[in-house]
Formats: sequence, structure tokens, C-alpha cells
Amino acid sequence: MSTDVGTRTTTTPAGRIGDSALRPDGTLKVTGEFAYASDLWHDDMVWGVTLRSPHPHARIRGIDITEALTVPGVTAVLTADDVPGENAVGLEHADQPVLASEFVRYEGEPVALVAADHPETARRAAARIRVDYEVLPAVTDPLRAMDEDAPPVHRPGNLVRHLQLRRGDPSVTAPVVVSLDFEVGMQDQAFLGPESGLAVPAEDGGVDLYVATQWLHVDQRQMCLALGMPSEKVRLHLAGVGGAFGGREDLSVHVHACLLALRTGRPVKMSYGREESFFGHVHRHPAWLTYEFGAERDGTLVYARARTVLDGGAYASSTAAVVGNAGTLGLGPYRIPNVAVDAYGVFTNNPPCGAMRGFGCVQAAFAHEALMDELADVVGVDRIAIRQLNGMREGDRNITGQVIDSAAPVAELLQIVSDLPLPAEREDEPDLRSLPGAVGNTTHGEGVVRGIGYAVTYKNVGFSEGFDDYSTARVRLEMTGGEAVATVHTAAAEVGQGLITVEQQICRTELGVERVVVHPKNTAVGSGGSTSASRQTYVTGGAVKAACEAVRAVVLERAALSLGREVAGLRLDGEKIVGGSGEVLAGLADVLGEDAVEETVEYRHRPTHAIDPETGQGDAHVQFAFSAHRAVVDVDVELGLVKVVALDTAQDVGKAINPDAVVGQIHGGSAQGMGLALMEEVVVTDGHVRNPSFTDYLIPTILDMPPMQVKVLEYADPHAPYGVRGVGEPPTISSGPAVAAAVRAACGRALRRVPIRPEHITGT
Amino acid sequence: MDFLQPTSWADALAARAERPDAVAIAGGTDVMVDLNFDRRRPGALLDLGRVTGLREWAVEDGAGGVGGGSTVRLGAGVPYARIIDDLGAQLPGLAMAARTVGSPQIRNRGTVGGNLGSASPAGDAHPPLLAAGAVIEVESAARGTRRIPATEFFTGVKRNALAGDELIAAVLVPVAAGPQQYCKVGTRNAMVIAVSAFACALHPDRKAVGTGIGSAAPTPRRAPEAEEFLAGELESAGLWESRGELPDGLARAFGERVAAAASPIDDVRGSAAYRRHSLSVMARRAATWAWAQYRNDPRKAA
Repeated sequence: MSTDVGTRTTTTPAGRIGDSALRPDGTLKVTGEFAYASDLWHDDMVWGVTLRSPHPHARIRGIDITEALTVPGVTAVLTADDVPGENAVGLEHADQPVLASEFVRYEGEPVALVAADHPETARRAAARIRVDYEVLPAVTDPLRAMDEDAPPVHRPGNLVRHLQLRRGDPSVTAPVVVSLDFEVGMQDQAFLGPESGLAVPAEDGGVDLYVATQWLHVDQRQMCLALGMPSEKVRLHLAGVGGAFGGREDLSVHVHACLLALRTGRPVKMSYGREESFFGHVHRHPAWLTYEFGAERDGTLVYARARTVLDGGAYASSTAAVVGNAGTLGLGPYRIPNVAVDAYGVFTNNPPCGAMRGFGCVQAAFAHEALMDELADVVGVDRIAIRQLNGMREGDRNITGQVIDSAAPVAELLQIVSDLPLPAEREDEPDLRSLPGAVGNTTHGEGVVRGIGYAVTYKNVGFSEGFDDYSTARVRLEMTGGEAVATVHTAAAEVGQGLITVEQQICRTELGVERVVVHPKNTAVGSGGSTSASRQTYVTGGAVKAACEAVRAVVLERAALSLGREVAGLRLDGEKIVGGSGEVLAGLADVLGEDAVEETVEYRHRPTHAIDPETGQGDAHVQFAFSAHRAVVDVDVELGLVKVVALDTAQDVGKAINPDAVVGQIHGGSAQGMGLALMEEVVVTDGHVRNPSFTDYLIPTILDMPPMQVKVLEYADPHAPYGVRGVGEPPTISSGPAVAAAVRAACGRALRRVPIRPEHITGT
Repeated sequence: MDFLQPTSWADALAARAERPDAVAIAGGTDVMVDLNFDRRRPGALLDLGRVTGLREWAVEDGAGGVGGGSTVRLGAGVPYARIIDDLGAQLPGLAMAARTVGSPQIRNRGTVGGNLGSASPAGDAHPPLLAAGAVIEVESAARGTRRIPATEFFTGVKRNALAGDELIAAVLVPVAAGPQQYCKVGTRNAMVIAVSAFACALHPDRKAVGTGIGSAAPTPRRAPEAEEFLAGELESAGLWESRGELPDGLARAFGERVAAAASPIDDVRGSAAYRRHSLSVMARRAATWAWAQYRNDPRKAA
């Protein structure tokens, strides 16, 4: 079989903690040789395709597959009746059918599957499946969906979660009051590698699934229930992942491909195209936010009130957890004594929404940062100064009453970005590419106004609200061909962020060896937890570190025994056992001989706790990561076109395990936040997606993204391995609001919705 | 699906006549998208990539142009990248439009002939062809060659004047006698389909103004009333001869007339009101830039 190209073992040149070790997949990706999940191939495989609902809401009166079965080359046509286990999957609640049976609740919901010897044959056959739909009225306005008399998308009603948070005096007043309504459009993760997987039926009656995903074990749990099979029969292997950003937390091809493989007895490949991908994963929740700040005349916050509604779409996915963040973190990194927050997630017949980088904080940050600017202007304080005045400091309590027990450098981050050099003024005869509209040749400088905006954020790292968040690592140390080799095996998904490199760096540092083999990621080892919530370097990094420590302890004990010394004075470095004063006492080869030392460890961060249902108070989160951005934009105020001239940032990462990778995350996250501010939106009308393509869902190009100045702070979190702090999400949260603020500054309009479209700037 | 690959123009015309179910394909930047998105299932693809003559251009004296000047005969299969490299001086408006097409890869593949075949209201090549007074040369095996002015070529949304057995051979574009400009609005700074677009050409040789509007009507179209207005005002103020400054009010009034000539719709890319507004801004600016070029033009032709 030639399938494991996406999960090949990898080694790279030396590099320990703090080095910018080269990533093993870097060159392969740049040269086009990296094997993504869409490159999976098996000699006798067939292709699976999905028939999806054209309606946002309908009752299925019947499905006739007769004609589809007659298409030559078709090997299977499956409907809900063919799901052997529970016909229900879901990240937090199993509320979504594997294949729709009685109702379809959103446009694009899977209804039937076809396997055939060619994908085109399968598609043609799928088009000949006759589904008898009774079209039903669709609930597509989330605010209307909250009404008591709104038709329920699910029984008993449309409320997924209401988070109520109360702190301090609910009736307090303040001399200065500012408020706003803000709306955030639906963003897509827009990962470049669409959903893909290959299911291979096994001789033991089980199935092996090679798939691009973010969390193998949560997929496995849902698949076992749907397939009616035990976990030892449902084995997952990570295939090459082309980006994720939260969009691969929910199942896509997983159960479908396995159903077809088990039915046909053939390996089955399923790969979505770009259009299907827009229907094949959840999006970022659109949000409607109403915020009010009360402050003293000097700008010191007295109270904050917020009401946030998130459109969860047709199924729960991770909506409840996103509401958790939008509520508990929804007022930003500020000290606010009196707080009332109500955050809601609701069902509609719109596309399901769930996890995306920034997870509930992104939407909230647009509102609280716009309002903070407004407050600054009303009280006549500089926009940096007002944030510094109200910014959290270490030891403060946040709005859930949790003590911030490590660095909270809000004021410093803002100072750094505001002190960075500003970009040069526009030249007299500028290159078109440096202007709004670029080679579209819409301005030679006419109408162009420069604006500057700032934003700051904080984001929880890891899973919150009492979730048992852990990762498992197996580390093995042995001599191979006269050289010490460490093998690290975790199920933690590498989705492009660089986890494989981090695992190698930790092994080298802890075991003092150069060669580290990263075992293919699969379910043969315990869960690594999700590659999300900026948590893998912390949690899986912590697990690898702990497993290395366990291996090292065994090795040193053996060495101590054979050397007749105390363990306490011994170290492992450069394949040598080293004594207290650096003297080499023995070679690692002498201690290990033919043996391998292997240890498997589960690592947990400090527990988090559920919040009080009445007050929202509690230690909900384990760690907080802070970042600030300054955006400089040139806006053609007559045409509403924007050129981001500079997007500079400062972020505290605790400890940069791999500095280049840290900066890469910050670049990418900033671009994604800027995309939401200016162009990225899945446009949904009456439950129908109107732009499911990269022709009309626009993501920033290299001409839209400026070079960045990135300042990385390393204030170690004493509770985290090596002091690390999650990196991936904060830049996505603070960059967009900074860009929006800069555009507001340039054009003088309130701009209470993102993405900001040209007509919002021109007012036409 | 059959894949037809004629190697000569005569064979291509014969195949076109024999296979009414065939879709002609040049660079494939439109057709392949339609196929991949399953919007079209033609019985055959008629690939014109091996008809080498289509990839040539030449300057022809006299004959074709409206004003009797020389004309570029642009083969239907010349890719945008070559228009940018080769024809910036002769066809500045079209070259500027070509620069805004897609990505470098798309500009290497895409052709003006293909753009005309698709006849999208958003086609980037169309406004400058309208403004320049281009003529499209089409041919069939049965009836030979006919020439269709660009103004008569676009007959509806993604429909053109081509008969079922005809292929586009070339576009005849008068060599610019004066400055030309092209502006295109999109919601990002590269690789974007036009939300609205505008081309203008000054024809000092005949004291005329040409215009072309994109993405703001069912078809690409001119703004004849705006053309006549601006040319007339320039004439009556003696500005063609004096090369004096273009009054800002005149440029603004021209922009308003261009906007009035559009019939835009609201769609996922932009609102009708914004399209109209942006046209007025682009037309004002384009006319101002073109006139500034004319004022500084060392050729005192007029």
C-alpha cells in the first residue's frame, strides 16, 4: 500500500528549545512535494461522493436510489437506513445525523452517499438519486430564532446556550456612558487543503481511516458510535493536513468513507472540491453585539454591559464553548468592577458554525475595541492611554473573578506597538501596487487618507470550564547503528503549525540526543487532545517533556546502579552520562545496551472549573495570552478601497520554543484577522450560501498583506512547561479590530460592521 | 466528452461547423472553471491552442480603424501577458486592463478571444475594446469572415453575436491616437473580479472620446451620451487645440453621465448604488489623467 505518504516519519537537523529548528515539511510544501490528504491513493480504491440538501429546511418524504444504482461503475449507494450505529454525531452534543433521515436543516446537509470507480461516475449517479423533499419555512434570522414563537430548528427550542455573567453592582451608574451595536459577518477558515480521507477496510472487520483532521480521538469516539464498532476496530491515521483553523474539529468525510468502505469491501477515497468544502465544515459564528461602557470622567471603567448573539446554524457543534468564550472573555483584557454579560448561541437553518481560530473572542474584540476608541474620544484621552489606564495587570481578577496569575502586559504591549517606527509617508508618484486598488488603477493618490488604529486582546489557552484537557506522549530511547535515537509518538495533529518540530526540539533538549524520529500520528497511542485553542505546544509539549523526563529517570537510575553513584548528581547530554562537575562517566550506549527505554505519560494542565450558572463566576480558564496590534491603512475614501500599509504587533508568548515558527503563527493569524475586517465573508441569504468559491470568498493576497514588525515578549508562565504561552490565536483577534479602527480613523465613519465593504466607507 | 484539437484554422472552422455541441476553449480560465464547478457538460471541447496563427499580432496600416489610422490585428489566442509585454504603447487601455486580470498564471493563459467568447459583463478586456472602437473578426467555414463592431458584439448576459458555426479569429483595435485609461474596482488589491470597471480613450485625431463600462450592466457597454458631452465641451472650449486644463466641473459632470449610463444590479460582489457611484469617481479620475497625459503629449497631433 502506498497510502502513508502523508504520515511519513520525519527527522530534521539539530535544534533544541529556543532554536528556530527547520521544519521537516517546509521544503516539501514549498516545492509541491508534500503529500496532503488529497494525494492519498490506494490501487484498488473507489471514490465516494456526498449528495447534499439543496434546501435550508425540508422534510424528506422519501429517497429513491434505484436509478443511481443502475449507473455502470457504481458500487454502493447509501442512505440513513444504512448507518449501523447511532445516526448522530457532534463535537459536544450528538445532534447531527450522519445522513439526514427525516429532516434536512441546512443547505448542504449530507443526505446520501455513492461509491463508484471514478469520482465523475459517482457524481453522475448521485444526481440520479431522487429525494422527495417537502420544503419547510427556514429560520434564518438568529434574533428572530430567539423569539418564543419561532419555529424550533430542534426540539425543545432554538437556544443552544445562554451564558449569564454578573459581577459587582448591577445597577451602578457612571458619569460617562458610551454604547454601540456591532455586527460581525460569517468567516470561513479557508484552509487550502479541502477535506479528504481514505478508508481502508481491514481483515479483522475493522477499518483504517487516513484523514486530515485536528483531533483523531474525538473523531474516533464519534465514528465508533455511528459505525457501531469498538475503538480497536476503528483506527485513525493522520494524513497530510493543509491547514485547519478550527474547520476540521467536526467530522467531514470520516464516517461516510468508512460506511462506503465497509459496505463495498474496497478502499474508499473521498475528497471535497472547494465548493463542497464550503458546505463541508463549520464557519465562524456571525455575531450581533450590543455593548455599553460606563466610566469616570478620566476614562476609568466603572461598568460594562454586553449582549451577544451568535448564530450557531443548524447543529450545535462547538457553539456552547464559543458562547463560553464570547461571554467570559468578551470584554477584553480590561479591569472592570461591575459587569453584566449575556451571551447567546442559537439554532437557525443557516450553515452550522463552530470552531475557528480566536473562538468567540474575535467577534467580541471588534465590539469592545471599537467602544474603547469611542470612550477615549468622548473623555478626551489618547486611545493608547485609555487602554493602558484600564488594562489588566498580573494579580487582577478578570470578569469571572479569576485571578490572572502570570504576566498580563497589556500596557507594555500597547506601548511597544505605539513606539514602533511608522511607515513612510506616501511618495509623490507611488507605485500603483502601494495604493488602495493597486493595479486596478483607481487612484494615483486622489481621495487617499491615512488612518491608524490600535487593538489589544487576551485569549484563553487550552480547553476551559472544567474540561479534562490532557495529552499523551510515548517516548522511546534506544541505540540504533551506534547512534542514540529517540522516537516520540503522540496522536496530536500537525496541521501546519509546526508541532512535529516542537516535539523534536523537546526530545533533543530533554534527552540530549540529536536524532529524533516522530512516529506517524495515529490512535495507537492515547489522545493528544485537539489541535486547537492554541494548546498543543503547552499540552502535548508538556506530555512529551514529561515522557522524556520519565525515560531519562529510568536511564539515569540504571546508570547510577551500574556506576555505583547517586542518581541525583547525574545528567544525560550528548549521548553521555555526565556527573555533577561535567565529567563524562559513561556512554549512553553502555547503559542502554540492546534495550530500549520507553515511557508513556498523560499530561494535564491545572484543572479549570465550570462557571456559576447564575453569575458566570469561576476559574474557567487555565492560561491567558495577550497581544496588541497597530494598523496603518491608506483608504481611498471616495471609492472605499483600502490598502493596509503596516500591521505591527507585540505578543507575549511566555517562551518561544521555535522563534521562527512563533513569528510565522503571528504573521498568519494577523492576516486572517485582517481578512475578516476587510473582505472575508460567507454571504448567506435565506439560508443559501451565495459565494462558495475563492472567486467570491476573498482572502488576502500578498498585495493586501503588508510586511510586519513583530515584537515577541517572553514572560514565562510559571505554571506551564518551559513557561510557554499559546501563540496561534491572539494575533487573529487583535489584528482585525486594529485594521477596522484604522479605517474608521481614515474615513471618519462609525463602521459598525465587518467585513467593511467599500460601500460602507463611501456611504453609497 | 470529446476533445478536439485542430492544428489549423481551417480544421478548427470545420470542427466548429460539425460539432454544434462543442465549446471552444482557448486559455481555459473561464471554461475549465465552469467544467470543474459542473456548470457545463458540453459534448466536446474544441481546443484552439494548437492553431498557432491565433497567437500572433501585427500592426496593419490604414484599413480597419475607425479613423483610418493603423490598427493592431490581435489574434484571438494572444495571452494577456504578451499584451502587457508587447502592446503597452499601441493599445495602452487594453494593456492596463490586462494587468488587472487574475494572477500571473491566469495572465499567461487567458486571452482576449476567450474573454469575448465568454462575454461576461465583468470581462476585463471589454471596456477598453469598446472605448477604442475595436472590431471583432469572426469566421465560419460556410460564410467566411465578418466583422462585428465591439459595440454590437455583446448581446446579453454572457451572450454574444457569434453564430453557432463561427469562431473568433482576431480583434482589430485601432492604435491609440491619444491617451487611454482603465480603472477597475475590486474588494481586494489583486486577483479579483471587477465590481465595476471603466475605460476611456481620447481620440484627438477625430476630437472624440471613447468609453467602456464593465460589471455595471447586463453587458459591457459604452456611455455614448457622456462621450458626446465631453467631446463637445472640449471642442466648444477649444481645449483640443489649446490643451488647457480640464475644468474639474467638466470631469465631474462627465463622471455623472458615465454613471447614468450604467444599469447595475445588487449582487454578492457589490451593490448597484456603489457600482454607479464608483463609476462616477473612476470616470472623473480617468478623464482627468487622460487629459493630463494629452496636455503633456509631445505629439502635437491635433
